[in-house]
Amino acid sequence: MQFFIEVLIGGLLSGVMYALVALGFVLIYKASGVFNFAQGAMVFFAALTFVGFKEMLAKHLGMDADSSMVFWLSFLLAFISMIVLGIATERIVLRPLVNQPHITLFMATIGLTYVIEGLAQMAWGANVRGLDLGIVDEPIAWLMDNYEIGVSKFDLFAAGVAASLVGLLALLFQYTKVGRALRAVADDHQAALSIGIPLQTIWRVVWAVAGFVALVAGMIWGARNGVQFALTFTALKALPVLILGGFTSVPGAIVGGLIIGASEKLAEVYVGPFVGGGIEGWFPYMLALAFLLVRPEGLFGEKHIDRV
Amino acid sequence: MARQIGDVIVDLQNISLRFGGVKALTDISFNVKEHEIRSIIGPNGAGKSSMLNVINGVYHPQEGQIFFKGALRPKMEPHEAAEQGIARTFQNIALFKGMTVLDNIMTGRNLKMKCNFLQHALYWGAAQKEEIAHRIKVEEVIEFLEIQDIRKTPVGRLPYGLQKRVELARALAAEPHILLLDEPMAGMNVEEKQDMCRFVLDVNDHYGTTIVLIEHDMGVVMDISDRVVVLDYGKKIGDGVPEDVKNNPEVIKAYLGTSH
Amino acid sequence: MLYREAGQFKATYAEDSQIFPIRQDKIGFWLLMLVFGAAVPLLANEYWLKAILIPVLIFSLAAIGLNILTGYAGQLSLGSAAFMAVGAFAAYNFILRIEGMPFLVALVLAGLTAALVGILFGLPSLRIKGFYLAVATLAAQFFIVWALVKFPWFSNNSSSGVVTAQDVTILGYTFATPEAKYVLTFLIVAFMALLAKNMVRSSTGRAWMAVRDMDVAAQVIGFRLMRTKLLAFAVSSFYCGVAGALYAYTYIGTVEPEGFNLDLSFKILFMIIIGGVGSIMGSFLGAAFIVLLPIFLDNLVPAIFGDSLGAGFVSNFQLIVFGGLIIFFLIVEPHGLARLWQIAKEKLRLWPFPH
Ligand SMILES: Nc1ncnc2c1ncn2[C@@H]1O[C@H](COP(=O)(O)OP(=O)(O)O)[C@@H](O)[C@H]1O
Ligand SMILES: [Mg+2]
Repeated sequence: MQFFIEVLIGGLLSGVMYALVALGFVLIYKASGVFNFAQGAMVFFAALTFVGFKEMLAKHLGMDADSSMVFWLSFLLAFISMIVLGIATERIVLRPLVNQPHITLFMATIGLTYVIEGLAQMAWGANVRGLDLGIVDEPIAWLMDNYEIGVSKFDLFAAGVAASLVGLLALLFQYTKVGRALRAVADDHQAALSIGIPLQTIWRVVWAVAGFVALVAGMIWGARNGVQFALTFTALKALPVLILGGFTSVPGAIVGGLIIGASEKLAEVYVGPFVGGGIEGWFPYMLALAFLLVRPEGLFGEKHIDRV
Repeated sequence: MARQIGDVIVDLQNISLRFGGVKALTDISFNVKEHEIRSIIGPNGAGKSSMLNVINGVYHPQEGQIFFKGALRPKMEPHEAAEQGIARTFQNIALFKGMTVLDNIMTGRNLKMKCNFLQHALYWGAAQKEEIAHRIKVEEVIEFLEIQDIRKTPVGRLPYGLQKRVELARALAAEPHILLLDEPMAGMNVEEKQDMCRFVLDVNDHYGTTIVLIEHDMGVVMDISDRVVVLDYGKKIGDGVPEDVKNNPEVIKAYLGTSH
Repeated sequence: MLYREAGQFKATYAEDSQIFPIRQDKIGFWLLMLVFGAAVPLLANEYWLKAILIPVLIFSLAAIGLNILTGYAGQLSLGSAAFMAVGAFAAYNFILRIEGMPFLVALVLAGLTAALVGILFGLPSLRIKGFYLAVATLAAQFFIVWALVKFPWFSNNSSSGVVTAQDVTILGYTFATPEAKYVLTFLIVAFMALLAKNMVRSSTGRAWMAVRDMDVAAQVIGFRLMRTKLLAFAVSSFYCGVAGALYAYTYIGTVEPEGFNLDLSFKILFMIIIGGVGSIMGSFLGAAFIVLLPIFLDNLVPAIFGDSLGAGFVSNFQLIVFGGLIIFFLIVEPHGLARLWQIAKEKLRLWPFPH
C-alpha cells in the first residue's frame, strides 16, 4: 500500500508538470483558437535559452554561475526572448493565417516547432545540460520517517510552483483589462473588439504569457531530466492531457495533467513489467484515445451538435 | 394545377427538441402530403431549420414520433433519410468547397452508384460506364438549372446566388421524392428569386417532387405554397392554406406584423 | 502556341473525364514515364538511384497514402511512419515465415496488414475530428513503434528490433542491382499512383472529399461517414504499408522500428503540404522536394558559410528551413507545388497572347 501511494503521489506530482505545459496550450487556444503544437518546442527553447544565458553571463561577468544575480538576469533575458518569440510568431505566422481553418493553423505550428527547435540548438548548441535550481531530488524526511512514504522534495516544489503560476494567471485574467479582453475573445471575437484592445495585442500578450509558462515549465523539467531535446517529447504529453481536460479549460488542464501523470506511472509500475516496460511513451495517448471514444467532448466540455 | 396532391407522406406528431436548456421545438405536429409544396414560416430562431433537421435525421427529437409513408420511423440517421428519397439544401450553403460544380452535383448521385472502390481504382468497364451514365443524368440537371458554363468551376469561386443553385442541383441529382429547401432564396436579388421560384415550381410540377420550403419572402410563400405552417418560439401557431394563415390573428401578431 | 486546349473538343463525357484531357499533357506524361522508366535506369549512376530516385519514389507512395487520408478525406494523421513500419515488418515476417512466399504477394499482404491496423486506429475518427484525431494518430505512432521493439517475435528475435530484408526475387529473378530495384520500385509506385488517381476521381474520391469539406452535408446526401472514413484509413494505410515494405526491401535493406519515428511522419506530412494537399501529382513533387532539399542544403551551406560551421549547424539550419517552408507554403500557396505547376500551365496556355 505504501508503495502504491508513493507511486500515485509521484505520478500526481509529475502530472502537475504536464499540467504546466498544457496550461500554455490552453492559453493560446482560448485566445486565438490555435492548437499550438509548438508549445513543447517553446519549453525546450526557453529552458535552453535560460541555461545558455546563464553560462554566457557567468563567463563574461566572471561570476559564479550559481549566484542569484546570474540566475535572475538569465531568467529575465530568457523571458524577454520568449516575448520576442511570441511577438514574432504572431506577426509572421498567425497574422497572415487569420481566418484560415484551424487545421491549417495547427500544421503551421508544426512548422513552427521545427523552426524553434532549429533556432534553439543553433544558438545554444545541442549538448545536454544540467540545470540546478538548488532543490534536491530526495524524499521528504518527515513523511519518510512517519509514514514510510517517499515523496520527492523536488516534485513537491514543482507542484508548488505550478500551483502559484495557475493562481497568478487566474488573477491576471480576473483583474486586468487584457485578462478580461482575453476571456471575451475566447467567447466571441467581435465582443472582444468592443473592449477596445486590438486582437493582435491580445494575441501577443497571450503568446508572451504562454512563453513565460513555457519558461517555468522548461526550467522545472530541465532541472529534473536535464535540458535536452527529449524535453519536446515530454511536452508532447500535454496533448493527451488536453484531450482529457478539454482545450479551453484551465482547471481541465490541471485535472487532466494529474490523471495522466498518475495513471501513466501506475501503469508503468503495475502493467509495464508484463509487457517489457517503456509503456509510458504511449500510455497517455492510448488513455486519451480510449477516453475520447466514451466522451468526445472531454471532461469539462459540453456536448456540441453541429448546427446546419 | 394539374398535379394531384396525394396522401400524407411525412407525419410529425408531438415533436419536442431541446439543446441543453434551449427549447427549439415544443410539441409540434404537422404533416406533409405527397406532391404538395408545404411551407414553414416564422421569425428567426423559431425552429424552422430544426424542423427540417428533424425530418431528415440530422437532429433527433427528445419527444414525439415521425411517421414516414405511414410507418413509424425509428431514430433515423441522415444517410438513411437520403436512402428513403429525402434530399435537401441548407440555410448556410453546405456545398463541398474544395470540389467543382460538376463533382458537387455528382455526389448527389452517390446512392445510385453501385461500384466499389476496387472497381473505381481500376476505372475499367463497369466503373467507367457507371460514371458516364451518371454524368449524363447530372448534365440533365445542369441543363435544367441553366448552369452549364460553370460546370468545371470550383464552387468556392461562385457568387452566392449561383452557389444556392448548385446546391439545389446537387439535391435534385438524387431524384428525391421529398425535397427540403431551407431558405433557398435568401439573399438573392429579385431576378434570382424569380428564377429559383420557377425552378421549384418546375420540379414540383414535372417530377411530382414533394417540397418542404422555408422562406421569408411572404409574397413567394403565399404564391407557391399549397399549405403553410407557422412557427414562433418553437411552437406552432398556425397551419393551413395560405389564405387562412394570412388571416390568422396570432400569425399576424407574431410574424406578419413584424418587419420580416 | 505549343500548349493549347483550343481545337481539342471533347465529344463524349468519356473523353472529358480522362486523367489528361489535353493532348499535350498526355504526351508529356508518357514522355515522363519513358524517361523515368527506361532512360533513367540506363543513365543514372548508383548514387542517384540509391540516394535520390528510389527514396523519392517510395516517399511519393507514402505521401499518396497520407494525401488520401488527409488531403482527400480530411483526416489529419501524424502517424504515417508507423503504418510504414507495419508494412515493412509485415512483409519481413510473411517472407520469413511462409515458405516460398512470392515477393509481390508479400507486398500486398503487408499493405493489407497495415490497412487493418489503420482501420483500428481510424475507429476514433468516427467520434472525433481535427486535431483531436491528430492526437489519436500520435497514439498509433508511439504504440506501434513501441510494440515492434518490445515484442521480439516481430523482428525474429533480433536485438532492438533490427531486421535485414531478404532478397527480392520475382519469378526466379533477383532484384539485386540498384537499377533493378529502381525499375521494380518505379513500376509498383506508378501502378499504385494510377489506382489512387482513379479512386480520387470517381465516386470513392468524391465521398472522401465530401466528408472532408462538410461532413453533415455528406451524410445528408447519403454518404456513410463510418464507411467512408474507415475506407480512407484503410486505403491510406495500405499505401503507407506498401511504401514501408519497399523502404525496407528496395531502399535501405536494414530497418529498425525506431527509424519509423515521429520525425518521418512529419516529413511525409511536409511532403503533402509542400507538394499539394489533395493532389496525387503533388505527392511526387513534395517527396522530391523534401528528399532533395537536405542534399541541396548539405552542399550549399558549406559553400556559402564555409566548412567551419560543422554538421550540427547544417542540420539545425535544415530544421529551420523545413519549418519555415511549411509556414511559407501554408500562407502563400496552401495548394503547394502542384498548384504552382497548374498556374504555370495556365500561363503557358495563353502564351504568347495573354489576355
Ligand atoms: N445545433 C444546435 N445547437 C444548439 N442550439 C441550436 C442548434 N440548432 C438550433 N439551435 C437553437 O434552436 C433554436 C431554433 O433554431 P433554428 O431551427 O435554426 O431556427 P430558424 O431556422 O427558425 O431560424 C434557436 O434558438 C437556435 O439557437
Ligand atoms: Mg433557419
